[in-house]
Amino acid sequence: MNFSEVFKQSNQLCKVSPDGKYLATCVQYRLVVRDVSTLQILQLYTCLDQISHMDWSSDSLFILCAMYKRGLVQVWSLEQPDWHCKIDEGSIGLVSSRWSPDGRHILNTTEFHLRVTVWSLCTKAVSYIKYPKACQKGIDFSRDGCYMALAERRDCKDYVSVFVCDDWHLLRHFETETQDLAGLEWSPNGCVLAVWDSCLEYKVLLYSLDGRLLSTYSAYEWSLGVKSVTWSPSSQFLAIGSYDEKVRILNHITWKKIAQFEHIATINNTKAVVYKEVEKRPAVGSDDLSLHNLTIGTTLFNTQSKYEICPPPVQVPVVKPDPDRANPKIGVSTLAFSSDSRYLATKNDNMASVVWVWDMQKMSLLAVLEQTSAVRCFQWDPRRPRLALCTGNTKLYLWSPAGCVSVQVPTEGGFQVQSLNWHCSGDTLILLGKDQLCLCYMDTDQEDK
Amino acid sequence: MPESSLDIFPPKVKDICGSSIECRPSPLRQFSQSSLPLHRNNMLSTFCTEENVQECLSHINQEVSSLGLPPVWMESGGSSEMNVVAVLNCMYELIQLHHRGLRTLENMEVEQLKSSSNVDYLQLTSTQLKEQLELSKRENTGLLERERQLQLKVKSLQNCLKNEKEELQKLQNIIASRASQYNHEMKRKEREFNKLRERLNQLLVDKKEKKQAIDVLNNIGRADGKRSLWKTEKTEAKHEGMMYKTLLSDYDLRQRELLLENAELKKVLQQMKKDMVSILSSKKPTLKDNQQQDDDIQADSEEEVFDSSKESVELYCVHAREKLTNSIRLQWRRLKSHVERLDNQVSLAQIGRSKNTDAVSQETHEEEMDRLKLEIQQCKDFIQTQHQLLQQLSSPYDEEKSSLLSDCYMLQEKERFRDEWKTLEEQRKIFERERRNFTEAAIRLSHERKAFEDDRATWLKHQFLNLSPFADSKKPQMSKSKSAFLISKTEASAASAPENLIKRPSDTTSPTPRCVPLTSQSTAELYPTLCLVPENRSTKPKRLTEHVEESSIFLNGNVPVQHKQWNGREEHSSHTLTKEKTSSI
Repeated sequence: MNFSEVFKQSNQLCKVSPDGKYLATCVQYRLVVRDVSTLQILQLYTCLDQISHMDWSSDSLFILCAMYKRGLVQVWSLEQPDWHCKIDEGSIGLVSSRWSPDGRHILNTTEFHLRVTVWSLCTKAVSYIKYPKACQKGIDFSRDGCYMALAERRDCKDYVSVFVCDDWHLLRHFETETQDLAGLEWSPNGCVLAVWDSCLEYKVLLYSLDGRLLSTYSAYEWSLGVKSVTWSPSSQFLAIGSYDEKVRILNHITWKKIAQFEHIATINNTKAVVYKEVEKRPAVGSDDLSLHNLTIGTTLFNTQSKYEICPPPVQVPVVKPDPDRANPKIGVSTLAFSSDSRYLATKNDNMASVVWVWDMQKMSLLAVLEQTSAVRCFQWDPRRPRLALCTGNTKLYLWSPAGCVSVQVPTEGGFQVQSLNWHCSGDTLILLGKDQLCLCYMDTDQEDK
Repeated sequence: MPESSLDIFPPKVKDICGSSIECRPSPLRQFSQSSLPLHRNNMLSTFCTEENVQECLSHINQEVSSLGLPPVWMESGGSSEMNVVAVLNCMYELIQLHHRGLRTLENMEVEQLKSSSNVDYLQLTSTQLKEQLELSKRENTGLLERERQLQLKVKSLQNCLKNEKEELQKLQNIIASRASQYNHEMKRKEREFNKLRERLNQLLVDKKEKKQAIDVLNNIGRADGKRSLWKTEKTEAKHEGMMYKTLLSDYDLRQRELLLENAELKKVLQQMKKDMVSILSSKKPTLKDNQQQDDDIQADSEEEVFDSSKESVELYCVHAREKLTNSIRLQWRRLKSHVERLDNQVSLAQIGRSKNTDAVSQETHEEEMDRLKLEIQQCKDFIQTQHQLLQQLSSPYDEEKSSLLSDCYMLQEKERFRDEWKTLEEQRKIFERERRNFTEAAIRLSHERKAFEDDRATWLKHQFLNLSPFADSKKPQMSKSKSAFLISKTEASAASAPENLIKRPSDTTSPTPRCVPLTSQSTAELYPTLCLVPENRSTKPKRLTEHVEESSIFLNGNVPVQHKQWNGREEHSSHTLTKEKTSSI
């Protein structure tokens, strides 16, 4: 495993182009495009203000840079460096900007969710979609880029509009049986739309592409409900994480629950492997204060850590949430299927330092990764069943069915991994610190061995 | 004082003669009453004075007689002579009575003391018990009070519960009403918000100074390189078509997957069914009873089974599927029942009762335990008795041994007897020879005697003839000569008799047939003369024969036994044969 040198970035804006050739990073108001293999700067663009959002077009030809404060979007072309495009939303404001799947349209959501403006780069045409709903996930494109589902709110009722992305033709428009729609997501095959209600009510609705209601699922009433929803890449399973610290798996034929994964603080499952991260500090004089050691350890990165396998039963640290505060830190907030749909990684918010890996074939707990600090981010390798995670310290953690490993990022100056992204080939991992980034190259040969 | 003495009196009487107690006091009392004035009069003075001696005497007499004592004074013709002896006796009696009375009094006092102490004790205990009663009563009341309090508490709690429930209901209602109110408010706010948004939108659109704008250097082509199309109904239809196409393709894909899965499952099902059929058919002979139970179903299912097995996986029609599933279900049920039966059998065979009792309650379990213990005891007893029997059996073995030994002895004896027999036989032969010799000798003797008799007769005849006048007859002459010759000869033969006796065997061939009847008679007479004991002779051979018979019997006894044994063996072999036959059958 190799690491590149450290580059600057800001706002953790750093993305690899969809074709995997280029790496775009934002540094303040500048956009830097590098070659992924050589890390040489190919292009350098200067925006009008500090960039708050950056995105690649699907064909890896254009980069969108949004400056929400100024209500501005600037688009840069990789092929034609002198080509430029500037979209000004004016005084109506801008809160979100994204590419349409064809890479020729930009969808801007205005402030107060007044409307969604669709700008065409081909014809300069502008079209508006009114009444978009301000919610967790109000817009979703199907994976083939044909359709867009948009959550709407009209007359205190929730609606879903399905657009054909090709010419923004409204294909379907239907009312949903939700109290307060919180999000929607297309299945990977683009045929089923999952719609879920806000956390006040546990309700998941499944609509066909043509607007028919396929099924409704509700696990319980009254207490806080759905917290996260994820489709498996095979479209076979729908995983629903909720505030009751459980994940429920629905199947794609009957849309009934086929499994329920509970996140229990005491792990008694003998078949699950519990990896516990143990920190080891290098030997220091016994007269040194432990506190001093700790600060040195975190600042000078001389702590070593390794995983130990704990025999069950294992007690997982649990933080009891404050019941008086809104959005309690409890329940399954993050769900991620591995690319082969074989594994599911979950994180329960009141057990922030633990990542759970479930086997989707046996429908049982496979591994538990107990970290020393709260898990910030985890992501599956797009090619292999390999999970990368970071906890905001100087280490990178990897889990695969073969085992678990923690790697010290060998950089100077305190590189704390806040977030990470896999390169689409699965060979490279982009590690993002507070204002730095670093590439981690997986040793593929060794992995194969 | 007399009063007191009188007072004491009755109990005395009572003590002395308990049965007469009813009649006695009345005359006494009468008397005492009658004599009371008298007593009163004499209270101050002495009892007896010169004047009232007679009176006193009669009184005393009366008193004494009332006490059942002989009278002191006899009124005999007015003579007031006192019988001193009687008086003394009476006095003695009285003193005795008095003593006895005192003793009984003492006893009574002791008794009284005892009883009083008893009474005290009883009173004490009664007071204690009363106290206890009081205490328990108090406790009871306390408990009752507590119960009452608890009941009150329960009531209050129930009330509380009721209240809580009501409260809950109320709160729920409140929540519901608040929720509806909140929803209403939300809607209102949302509407207002929407209005505001609308207004804002309008305002922003209307405002010209800072308009939304796109500034593009030059338009770029579409990603697919095509030109954008006009929105027409045609495009709409195309979109619809596209949508349905994707949906259809998805359904198609899913159906294909399901088909594949179904086919695989059906394959598994077929496999299972085949296995099941094979298993069921293999165990059929052993399950005849079951077969009989659901014979008709079996028959139906049999057909179905083979029908469905003929049906290929490719047949997807509902009917076939139903049949298949039905047959599978049926077979599965049968298999299940079979397995269950097997399980039952196993459990019955292996663990049996104990396992069964496990399922049953504790009592039966214990009962079973007791029973088993008893059984164990019985078994132990059995074992002991068996031991004893074995020991006893070992002694018969000794007997057998002894019999064997005796057999040995018998054999020895037999040997001995045989030897003896042999010697005896030899002796017998010798005796026989001797007897023959003797008989021959006797025959010869009788011959000689006859000859001698003849000689004598002829001689006497001759003599007679010589004396008679018929002397010139020729015959006697002849005979005489003959006899003379004979006499001489007999003399000579008599002289040479011992020689003849020995030589005779060769000569006696001719005369013996003639004199056999004679000799046979004479031999019996001869024996005693020859000092031969006929009893011995007769018994000895008898004994021998007997012995022989015995031995033969003995042999006879042995032979059947052997035969029997052999028979037994044969039977055994035949048995085994038959057995083998049966087993082979």
